Amino acid sequence: MAGSREVRNKIKSVKNTQKITRAMEMVAASKMRKAQDRMKKARPYGEKIRNVAAHMSLANTEYRHPFLIDRDSVKRVGIIVVTSDKGLCGGLNTNVLRRALKEMKSWEADKEEFEVCCIGNKGLGFMGRVGAKVISQVVALGDTPDMEKLIGAVKVVLDGYTEDRFDRVFIFYNRFINTMKQEPVMEQLLPLTDERIKGDTEAGDGQSGNTAWDYIYEPEAKPVIDDIMVRYVEALIYQAVTENMSSEQSARMVAMKAASDNAGTVIDELTLIYNKSRQAAITKELSEIVAGAAAV
Amino acid sequence: MGTIFHLDIVSAEESLYSGPVEFLVAPAQMGEVGIYPRHTPMLTRIQSGMVRIKAPLKDDELVYVSGGMLEVQPDVVTILADTAVRAADLDEAKAIEAKEAAEEAMKNRESEIDFARAQAELIEATAQLSAIQKLRKRGH
Repeated sequence: MAGSREVRNKIKSVKNTQKITRAMEMVAASKMRKAQDRMKKARPYGEKIRNVAAHMSLANTEYRHPFLIDRDSVKRVGIIVVTSDKGLCGGLNTNVLRRALKEMKSWEADKEEFEVCCIGNKGLGFMGRVGAKVISQVVALGDTPDMEKLIGAVKVVLDGYTEDRFDRVFIFYNRFINTMKQEPVMEQLLPLTDERIKGDTEAGDGQSGNTAWDYIYEPEAKPVIDDIMVRYVEALIYQAVTENMSSEQSARMVAMKAASDNAGTVIDELTLIYNKSRQAAITKELSEIVAGAAAV
Repeated sequence: MGTIFHLDIVSAEESLYSGPVEFLVAPAQMGEVGIYPRHTPMLTRIQSGMVRIKAPLKDDELVYVSGGMLEVQPDVVTILADTAVRAADLDEAKAIEAKEAAEEAMKNRESEIDFARAQAELIEATAQLSAIQKLRKRGH
């Protein structure tokens, strides 16, 4: 019976682990619902501001914002990497970082320089290990993406673009498809592409068809257009962050469910071993008794 | 057409108002602007303050907006608020926010400890699982 106590202890410890993973699964499930709500609530703003940007690109504005102007040569790239702050969410962060790493390698091969803005702890750690140049960061976002927290880090990248330090800006994040499926994606943020702005806006509203019209700007065209464009890009990033958070919670839920199931298998295996050794010990004892009785 | 237009007030966090409107007053940067249907297209910044909305067959409604942008198209007006919460809900929302923040902080503290512990134990459990699988391949 030497091994049976050890096996019993092990069963107990695995059971404890299972309790924790199960609790985390439930926590993630409730957080996931909230994160999805938040993602849905952020959508109208994104749609409306895209409508405004689409109207603006149709209007005859005397001032064209640098975000809308495509640049021919690409020498320096800015990237924004959205990851989660905490781990234990399956391959979520690994997938998006692998995607980023692939692009970074190809840029390196093309002799393009790149700088990184990290949103989330995991990306920051990874970029530190890889040795990429991190120009700004936001960590510890918590469960609610806060526009105020994001603005600072994002501004560094946007300013870099307006000051010609970057020719392109990309964002990497996990797109939320459904609870079981999240997809790491790379999207071009700047310069804003026409398809992106027009997207699925119907040309029916307002007078978007007519040319030769322009807005009245108060106080002036430039600051107002600047404001709109910055807000538009911020809204895109905000949306990416909310999607990534929903993805994180659902990935964690799935990962923790798998972990609980695995712990269950371990327990079953260990219980079998425990019972076998227990029965072997009983049989041995019995045969000893029988042999002893026969000898008498 | 002609006597009403569509108004949307949205902030990054939620949609605050969406519906037909006869007339509205917004606190634009250069002073308050009143907008009737078929207004010339206009883009302006707005300051924090109250937006007064007159919806058809309803009393005036006030929505608090703390800065943002106002876009006017002849039949559609959009207010992109930076942060906007309905005036009547303002105090209550703040109270809820404060409470939630406190609760969240408590929940996070717990979960962080759990995370560290669970991570350690999870690594152990995976090691055990692989050991058992190896064992099973060899013997049983």
